[in-house]
This record gives sequence, C-alpha cells and structure tokens, in this order.
Amino acid sequence: MNTAVADALDHHDDHGPAKGIGRWLFSTHHKDIGTMYLVFSLTMFFIGGAMAMVIRSELAIPGLQFVHPEFFNQMTTMHALIMVFGAVMPAFVGLANWMIPLMIGAPDMALPRMNNWSFWILPVAFSILLSTLLMPGGAPAGGWTMYPPLVLQTGDAFPFLIFSVHLMGISSIMGAINVIVTIINLRAPDMTLLKMPMFVWTWLITAYLLIAVMPVLAGAVTMLLTDQFFGTSFFLAAGGGDPVMFQHIFWFFGHPEVYIMILPAFGVVSEIIPTFSRKKLFGHDSMVYAASCIAFLSFIVWAHHMFTVGMPLTGQLFFMFATMLIAVPTGVKIFNWVATMWRGAMTFETPMLFSLAFVFLFTIGGFSGLMLAAAPADIQYHDTYFVVAHFHYVLVPGSVFAIMAGAYYWLPKWTGHMYNEALGKVHFWASTIFVNLTFFPMHFLGLAGMPRRIPDYSTQFTDFNTVASIGAIGFGLSQLLFVWAVLTAWKGSKATDRVWEGSHGLEWTVPSPAPYHTFETPPKARIANEAFE
Amino acid sequence: MFCVPDKNENRALTARLLVLVVAMFGFGFLLVPLYDVFCDITGFGGRTNATATVATEAPDLSREIRVEFVTTVNSYAPFAFAADVDSMTVHPGKMYFATFTAKNLTETDKVAQAVPSVAPVAAAEHFTKIECFCFTSQDFVANEERAMPLQFIVNPDLPEYVDTITLQYTFYDTARTAANSAL
Repeated sequence: MNTAVADALDHHDDHGPAKGIGRWLFSTHHKDIGTMYLVFSLTMFFIGGAMAMVIRSELAIPGLQFVHPEFFNQMTTMHALIMVFGAVMPAFVGLANWMIPLMIGAPDMALPRMNNWSFWILPVAFSILLSTLLMPGGAPAGGWTMYPPLVLQTGDAFPFLIFSVHLMGISSIMGAINVIVTIINLRAPDMTLLKMPMFVWTWLITAYLLIAVMPVLAGAVTMLLTDQFFGTSFFLAAGGGDPVMFQHIFWFFGHPEVYIMILPAFGVVSEIIPTFSRKKLFGHDSMVYAASCIAFLSFIVWAHHMFTVGMPLTGQLFFMFATMLIAVPTGVKIFNWVATMWRGAMTFETPMLFSLAFVFLFTIGGFSGLMLAAAPADIQYHDTYFVVAHFHYVLVPGSVFAIMAGAYYWLPKWTGHMYNEALGKVHFWASTIFVNLTFFPMHFLGLAGMPRRIPDYSTQFTDFNTVASIGAIGFGLSQLLFVWAVLTAWKGSKATDRVWEGSHGLEWTVPSPAPYHTFETPPKARIANEAFE
Repeated sequence: MFCVPDKNENRALTARLLVLVVAMFGFGFLLVPLYDVFCDITGFGGRTNATATVATEAPDLSREIRVEFVTTVNSYAPFAFAADVDSMTVHPGKMYFATFTAKNLTETDKVAQAVPSVAPVAAAEHFTKIECFCFTSQDFVANEERAMPLQFIVNPDLPEYVDTITLQYTFYDTARTAANSAL
C-alpha cells in the first residue's frame, strides 16, 4: 500500500462525520450519499404515488368527476417521469452507493466529490420539474415519452422539462462513471471479476448501459428544444423532418433504459435468495453471461415500441424475433433462482418474501411482454391497458419489490438493529395483494380494447377499473407501513455482523451498523472465506 | 489494480468513459443523417426524390399503373389545395404531367411548403418526380390562387405486384412552423 494513502487515512481516524447540514450538503461519503439517494427516492415514490392516486380516483368510475382531462394528462406524464427518473433509478443508485464499496472491500467510491454532485443535481432537477405544475399551461402532458409534435404544444413548462431531463441524465451518467471506475479499480486483492457478488456485476453492466444511452436521450431532447426555439426541423414534417425519427431515437434510449431499471433488481434478488435458501447461487457464471446477453440484446429491439408506425414487414420481423430472443437469457435467470432454492434450507423473512414475489410476478410481466413482442398481436395491444399492465408488473412487483427486498435485507447493516419483522411481513402481504388487485385487471381491460392515457372510458370497462382503483388505494396506503418500518428500524434488537444466518459476502464481515469508515485497508484473506468456492 | 490504485488510474479510466459519453451524444445526432440515408435507400416512409431529376423515357406500354393523388392541408394552414384530377392511368417509363391548384384563403401574404409521400412503400423509390412544386416553398400573395405543376415518371423497374400508387401531398404554412412557440 503506498504511503500517500496511509497518510490520508491518518487524518480520518480522529473524528467522526461532520456535524450539521454540512455533513449532508458537502458529503463525499458513500454511505451518507447512499442514504440521501434512498430518502430522496422514497419521497419521490410518494409524490409519484400521489399522482397515481389522482389517476386512479378519476378512473374509478366512468365520467369526469375530479379533474379536467388536461390535468389528468399532466398526472399520467408526471407520474411516469417521477417514478422512472425520481424513484426507481435513484433507489438503485442509492443501494449501489451503500453496498458496492462494502461488497468489494473498498473504502469509498472512486470519485467521491463527483458522487456529491450526482446526488445533489437530483433535488434541483425535480424541483424544476415539479414546479411546472404551477406554470401557465401546466406541467408537461404529452406522455413521459415526449413525442413530437404533441410535446411541442407544452406551454411555458417545455424548456423546464427539457432542462430537468438533461439534469437527470447528467446525474445518471456521472453516477454510472463512478460505479464503473469503482468496480474496475477499487476491488480488493484476489477479488477477480467473476468472484464479485451478483449485485456488483449487474451494476457494472447497468452502468455501461447508462453511459451508452443517456447521452442519446440528451441528444433527442436537445433536438426537441431546437425544433421549438431555434428553427430546426428534426421532427417537423413541414421543414422536411420526421416525427417518427424521434420515436426511433427516443426508444434507442428507452429500451435499454428499462433494462437499466431491472438489472440491479436481478442483482439484489441474486443476493437475497441464496442467503435465505442457505445455498449458493445456482449457475453464478451463467447469471453473469445471461445479464450481459440481456444488456447487449437491449440495444437491438427498440422498435418493438413502434410496431404501429407503419414499419415494413422486414422491420417488424427483425424486431419481433430479437425481442423474443431476450426471453431466453431472462428465463435462464428465473430458472437459476428457482434452482438455487431447490433443496435449500429455506426461511421466509421479509426480504425473501419480496424476492419470491419478484420471481413469480416479474415472470408474469415477462409473459405479457412476450405477448406484446408478437408484432401481429401487438397491433391489437399497442396503446391499450395491456401495455400498462405489462410494464407495471415488471416495474412494481419487479423493480420496486426488489428495492424493498434490498432495503429490508440491508437495513440491519445500515442501522445496527433488526427492523420489526412482523411489520415487514404485513407490509409485504398487503403490497402483494393490492399490487395484483391493481394491475391484473388491466390485462383484461387492454384485451377488451381500453386505450391508454384516457381520463374517461366506455362504460363496459367500469368493473375492472373500479377493482384496479381499490387496489391502488390499498397499495398506496400499504407503503406507509414501509415508512413506519424504516422509521422504527432503530428500535429493534441489536443486529450482529452477520445479521442473516445464511449470508455471505464482504458486507457481512463489518459490524452492524457499518462503521463510518470501512475497509480502509483492503481485506485479503477474507475473500477466500467469503467466497462460496 | 490489485494494489491501492493511485489517482491517475482513476482519472485515466474516467477520461475514457467521458469520451464514450461524448461519443454517444454525438451518435444520437448522427442518427439523424443515418435515418435520412436509410429512408432514401429503402424508400421506407414513402420518401421520394426531393430535387429535380432528369429521367429518360423508356415506355413500357404493356403495363398500366393507376396513380392516385391525395391532398391534405395541415390543420393550421389557411389554404385550399386540391389535385385537378383524382387519378391517372400511366405506363411505366413515360413522362406525365399533373396539376394541383392551391389558393391562399387569407388577406395576407403566405408561404407554403408541400411535403409528398408515396404509398405503397415498395413503390416509393420507383416514383421519380422530374419537376414538382414540392421541391421549393411556394409564395402566395393575399387571395392568390394558382396552378402548380408536377412532372413524373413511374420507373419501369417498379415491382410486379404493384398496380396502384398513391401520391399524397400535405400543405404546410411555413410561417407557422417557424414560430412554433406561438402555438
């Protein structure tokens, strides 16, 4: 170890974290920044959830009872932007910040000061985005996908939408660079790439996806901006442009984006299931290859979001086959999780419950995705509630459940106390029952022909809509249980280092709560003991 | 990388990743001309030639194609715009004329642009416009009505299974699109 590092470390041993607001505002510390990301994400989850409540209240019965259609469209647009960019992505970055250094035996992220900016850009970006609700013309209402020419009819909010999307993109890109440099450069000695935990692997892959596609989104929204204000005609037919081109550029970003939102979830679940099955992950290397295949394939399937734009047959065939191909490595992963549990000694604590629900319900979301991949069938399903059902199944009992599983799993390590297990279980069962009540009927609504993004509907769609709205209210209220569990997490019994009997990995070799500074010297021999060789 | 890395290693990797970020941003913009090239080569999206072309006549009198004309006015454009004939029966390889009549319905001078589209996609690259009012923007003084010419050849290499071609024009008020924020 070189002396420069040793000298730097001497200074830290004498004092704990800074006091007051400065500790958070100027933090370059991965645990604090991870905590801030997670708190931010939970806040945005409730804000986006409130918007969902507005949507489901209006849709509970036919007729326009509560909101104007223009405001309803603002709600659907903002709900998606906030959930995607404000809740799911920052939550995974928060988990990454907390856990990656601990899992690879590093003292912190590789670029701690850039880490600070990556986080603090987000409250600025979302303040700007949320402030558009109060502007003349209201918030953006043309869908989170921002298709022109409709999005160009956004009122005063338009440049603020573009600016906040740019800021979110910059935050994600900086975070991704940080993750890659940390994983490549800061691993403990003896931790070769294939010895890394799955959560770290999936984040490495996710970070490369982020770097590849967030700049393309930035380009696309910049083109929207210049079309609106600087006389270009990228997407305006009158000037020789093409609105369909926006869809291509957007979905070239958009499809890898959804894998960005699910790959870390796969990583979390791959950590939890082996622990509570007391058995090592089945097919560890094939899990890595499967995740890499999924990431690679995600670049060549984007037009399956566009089957109805008038694409020629050749295009439809190519994108249909490529999309269906992704089901293969995904199926490998599902199979490996089940095989991990096979003949394991299983217990069903809250993290395991959420992970099991993830495996089952994400698979259902995957099946509806396969149905959508069939281009001739998609002509019927496109822009109906069938699509809404699909992506909510993969995102809510998919990504969100994985985030909650990870939160419950690592909460004792963060706080030093066992959370209230009974409360966690109640939260789990309420969430699972209500999430299915909310989104399963949407499959039927879509197949019956109910379109998306409408504030009112034909009366034959009433019953399933009412059930979905009841489920949504229940689901929203259940999440308060999660907040309660987190707030009271310090009241439980003291947690050991290991916390969970079957856990393996470097994070479980440090005390609970994790000391402010961990792995200031790299762990050597511990790797051999931790690995399941 | 098995010892504690110094700052330079981190900086080098960060720099490489930043280059990748900039490259992908550029790639997003590169997609624009790539898209055009792809559309021009394949004819996807119904694109036809946008500039005047010289074509030689080589009539194929054994084959007849029906060419239909459809006109649309973009919702913000205050014009009347119609084809003088709804359709023509043509031989591939022979040059034909068609006229369209447009009128500025307002009391102010206007500038318009017609944007063409050809269906089916398979026919788009085989439909050659020799001269078309759509190649340039069209100026209209207040209340002006005028005839606008189209000269075209259907190429003889048009696939066998195509027997009807639809040429559609959308008329736009270009002043409107230049001042979009006034929407």
